[in-house]
Amino acid sequence: MKRRNILLASVVAAFAMAGSAAHAERGGDGELKILFWQAVSTLNPYLSGGTKEVYSSSMVIEPLARYDETGKLVPTLVTEIPTLENGGIAPDMTSMVWKLKPDLKWSDGTDFTADDVVFTWKYCTAPDGGCAQKAQYEGIKSVEAVDPHTVKMTFTEPKYYPYGAFVGGQSPIIQKAQFKDCVGAAAPGCTSANFGPIGTGPFVVKEFKPNDVITFTANKNYRDPAKPAFATVTLKGGGDAVSAARAVLETGEYDYAWNMQVEPEILATMVAAGKGELVTAFGSQVERINLNHYAVDPSLGEKRSTKEAGPHPALSDPAVRRALSMAIDRDVINEAGYGAAGKPTCNIVPGPEVYASTANDWCLKPDVDGANKLLDEAGWVKGSDGIRAKNGVKLSFLYQTSTNSVRQATQALVKDMWAQIGVAAELRNISASVFFGGDPASPDTFQKFYADVEMYTNNFDGTDPEKYLAEWLCNQIPAPSNGWQGQNMPRYCNPEYEKLVTELSKTADLAKRAEIAKKANDMLTEEGAHIPLIYRGQVSARSATLEGVKINGWDSELWNVADWSRKK
Amino acid sequence: MTDVAAIPSTVSTTPPRSLMAATWRQFRAHRGGFAGLIVFVAILLIVFIGPLIHSVDPNKIDIRAKNQGPSLLHPFGTDNLGHDMLAQVMAGGRISLAVGITAMLLALFLGTLVGVTSGYFRRLDGPLMRLTDLFLALPLLPLLLVIIMLFRDTLRSYFGPETGIFILIVFVIGVTSWMHTARIVRGDVLAVKRLEFVMAAKSSGMREYRIILKHILPNVMSSIMVSATLGIASAIITESALSFLGLGFPSDFPTWGRLLFDGASFLQITPSRVLWPGLAISLTVLSVNYLGDAVRDALDPRMLKS
Amino acid sequence: MFKFTLRRLFFAVPTLLVISFVIFALLDLAPNNPTGDLPLTIPPEVREQIRAALGLDQPFLIRYLRWLHQFFINEPLNILEQITGWQFGDGHRLRVLSWATRSPVVDLVVQRMPQTLWVVGLSYLFGVLLAIPIGVLSAYKQYSIFDQIGTFISMVGYSVPTFFTGVLLIVVFSSYLHWFPSVYDTNLRVTDWSSLMAQIKQMFLPVMVLTLYNVSHISRFVRASMLDNLHQDYVRTARAKGVKEKTVLLVHVLRNSLIPVVTVIALGVPTIFSGAIITEQVFRVNGLGQLLIVAVQGGDIPMVQTLTFIFAVLIVLFNLIADVLYGILDPRIRYD
Repeated sequence: MKRRNILLASVVAAFAMAGSAAHAERGGDGELKILFWQAVSTLNPYLSGGTKEVYSSSMVIEPLARYDETGKLVPTLVTEIPTLENGGIAPDMTSMVWKLKPDLKWSDGTDFTADDVVFTWKYCTAPDGGCAQKAQYEGIKSVEAVDPHTVKMTFTEPKYYPYGAFVGGQSPIIQKAQFKDCVGAAAPGCTSANFGPIGTGPFVVKEFKPNDVITFTANKNYRDPAKPAFATVTLKGGGDAVSAARAVLETGEYDYAWNMQVEPEILATMVAAGKGELVTAFGSQVERINLNHYAVDPSLGEKRSTKEAGPHPALSDPAVRRALSMAIDRDVINEAGYGAAGKPTCNIVPGPEVYASTANDWCLKPDVDGANKLLDEAGWVKGSDGIRAKNGVKLSFLYQTSTNSVRQATQALVKDMWAQIGVAAELRNISASVFFGGDPASPDTFQKFYADVEMYTNNFDGTDPEKYLAEWLCNQIPAPSNGWQGQNMPRYCNPEYEKLVTELSKTADLAKRAEIAKKANDMLTEEGAHIPLIYRGQVSARSATLEGVKINGWDSELWNVADWSRKK
Repeated sequence: MTDVAAIPSTVSTTPPRSLMAATWRQFRAHRGGFAGLIVFVAILLIVFIGPLIHSVDPNKIDIRAKNQGPSLLHPFGTDNLGHDMLAQVMAGGRISLAVGITAMLLALFLGTLVGVTSGYFRRLDGPLMRLTDLFLALPLLPLLLVIIMLFRDTLRSYFGPETGIFILIVFVIGVTSWMHTARIVRGDVLAVKRLEFVMAAKSSGMREYRIILKHILPNVMSSIMVSATLGIASAIITESALSFLGLGFPSDFPTWGRLLFDGASFLQITPSRVLWPGLAISLTVLSVNYLGDAVRDALDPRMLKS
Repeated sequence: MFKFTLRRLFFAVPTLLVISFVIFALLDLAPNNPTGDLPLTIPPEVREQIRAALGLDQPFLIRYLRWLHQFFINEPLNILEQITGWQFGDGHRLRVLSWATRSPVVDLVVQRMPQTLWVVGLSYLFGVLLAIPIGVLSAYKQYSIFDQIGTFISMVGYSVPTFFTGVLLIVVFSSYLHWFPSVYDTNLRVTDWSSLMAQIKQMFLPVMVLTLYNVSHISRFVRASMLDNLHQDYVRTARAKGVKEKTVLLVHVLRNSLIPVVTVIALGVPTIFSGAIITEQVFRVNGLGQLLIVAVQGGDIPMVQTLTFIFAVLIVLFNLIADVLYGILDPRIRYD
């Protein structure tokens, strides 16, 4: 496991060096073929916030600054990242100033100015527009153009971590001239603009077939005259992950395929064909099992899984929650379903490095005897059927997740592991479109959580976990009163934790922030809000003839597509 | 149905012996049908008696023995979690056969009922065929999602998780696959009801339901039989599509369709994972097809003469 | 017959309206959500705003009437404008917009038609053309070697699903032999000999998978129906009268056996339009089937509603055609 990561790191380093020996000619390397098995439906990430839309549009439109493969902020359209030290951020943390690079041009040859940045903010915050990235612009009072190359953002209150708007693939700058008639309710009607945004990135949209295929050509006005190396890009969509991996690794028809959620041994056989290899990046995705803190018995009817139902008869016992975690052998799950694309973890904030806690590492090693002992001491006694019970409450859980072969394999393994400590599980898998769909009328959504335990992956945008950690606040518990739309699925509620989160939002010093975030993370794991299982990486497949790929877990995977080239 | 041969117009030339015996004799003479019967019984035996001999729990996980080829311990090899494939195929067969046959019978019953009624009674033809059009046009996936949403928990509380889901799946497959049979049967009935012997029966004052049972049904039997054999196959496959969508049996209940689906990705690593379930489905359908042929021939009044 | 056809066409209108309402209600009831595909990092209040922007916060009946208006008035007017070049009103009519792509559904359908017709349509045509002779011969030579092999292949072909045959063919022909591509290129335009060859090459595998399935299905009905008729009295009479065997078989028996066959074929034609969902996925043909399944999974109600409704129109139409054909094939069948 470890050795493979080192290998990967050295491979990445080798590419970094190869990349520096840049090809000096734009468009000299012909066609680049990319495969997204989840097809792209629009190229305007403000109208559809899906990962595939964000990634594909990142070849065309760019943010002011983005994260590199290590999670560090790097300037793209600005001269430097504003900080307190360089005076870019006001000392009272209520405003910040971006200095745009001079002489930047849109792909249609017009000048890129501060007006475009201001317009982007207006576009996304317009009422009735349904902008998917609105959260990025939260807490911004105004964005003004001080002069054509200076943008000033003012916040409604001091913002201790101000990098959200115009940073990362989620909030790129769109051209004012193109979108000026598409603000608010008019946004969806601008089909040609949404399908072919004019950008500053290395490529220009030539043809867009929604949910099928996109063709790009190199941007003649790109700021680096030697880039991109490829003259055209074809981005094909559709199919499934296994066949996408096959098209890169086995048949060699494609150069790059995104998101290879496939059992590791299948990928290994394909890699053996020698046509390509896998690249992995670790961001902040964690596969976890949520433990419901409220009772969910069907006889409770409408009240189930809400505060009115009362505490869960079994899962409210801290000993049970801890034993469930102790019984799980995360290495086995990782080996069966993730391979190099995952690492066992006990954290809900697994990265970046500074935020990753090591305080909970007890859970990395399974301890079946310890778990059995814990349950014995807590008074849960095995019955004749091998299932533990106390006061007529059986340790038998309904375990739900979305439909996905890796998740079903994990379910089977966990069920087997729990059986060893006298805990039974009834498995249920639900179509992802229903499970994550959030329809308040459906009993099967992950928010409603009409089950004892449920499993899925979540992560946070960018590198700062402040907003993410605020999801476990008491007022975020999904309930009929908020239309089941809260984000605190485990229904965890702890005043101590709330205090930590408030403190985090008022701290500017990065080291201090990390310390608080770690503390909050540890609290969640120790108290058994959930059971973190696997720190998931993003896996993509890359052809052996493709150079310059630096896969990125913090931003779009195609963030440096301008540097990609064909091996000579 | 066995009194079909008693139709006056088709009195057999052989001395009138027991009809059951005649039918059985006819059936025995049908070599393909007899072979089909043997294969089908063999599949049933393997699936139901087999687990007593190869007594490995199909859900037992042995992660160290994953992705193995056939061996003495695991005659069909193992899957990527170390499940024994033979045990899985046998367990899957019990569910798949039950689902396939019950759902097919339900669809056949509904389809024949609607088809005969609308073909025979002109007054009902319009409404029933429009209903068929409606069902043909309904988008399957949302329909399934709605049915599951409405009925899963009720059925689960009445019949328990397994039987509840079984009833639900059979119902869902049956209710969404009767339309082809109905259209085909109706077309046949429209043609048959104008034939002389039906007219004769009508003018002789025979009751409608007796005409349908004795004259119409036997003459549209062949289309129904084809629908039946193809129906089993599609019910088994549909079930796998359902569980793929998360609407079928829980993932720890193997079925042939799902074994095949899961195995397809592992085609190059453990080919036996797809070979056996695929073969099992094909053999079942093939044997039922020959059985159906033989039953139809045995029941066919005209064949009896020769 | 003419009166019957007219009456049926007239009744088709209310039927289709009822069907469209039922479909809309069903889609509304189904637990799906256009924001379900979005990453979990997008907070619930933003999702609520997106839903409101899509018009989902309005009552069911209003949304249905709006769809009716867009589909039955705005879209035909648009098509009329494009054909004739005339301008009706100010030209700013709201078309049926897909929620996922925010573009007119009808344009997407038009964009997807070519590949679906090429792959699914062609394999259906091949299926029918192969199934009828195979079915006739199998029945005529019942229990011969030809019949047995035909039965075996068609039963295996029918019972092994396309998600498996597709993958098998890709592994054999694309991964090992490198004969055919595994990904269908929808941008390919047939302009010369070499692009035609490329088109045939990329169509070969999906068409083969679907043709096998179609032949298996249709030929069984042809065979069964032929068998029924081969033992009828009129065949014996014709033979006794010295009619040529070929004429007996192809004119008398085949014609009388066609009723179930016509039904099966008529039921199958609309499904060409709905595409072959699994095969299109496996080979990335991205035709109408893929459009529909992506829309269903993404809770894109206007798209699903429009596609299924067009599908419903075809079903009603082809079932009517089948009924008319019954009357032509067997003059004894009368509806009036």
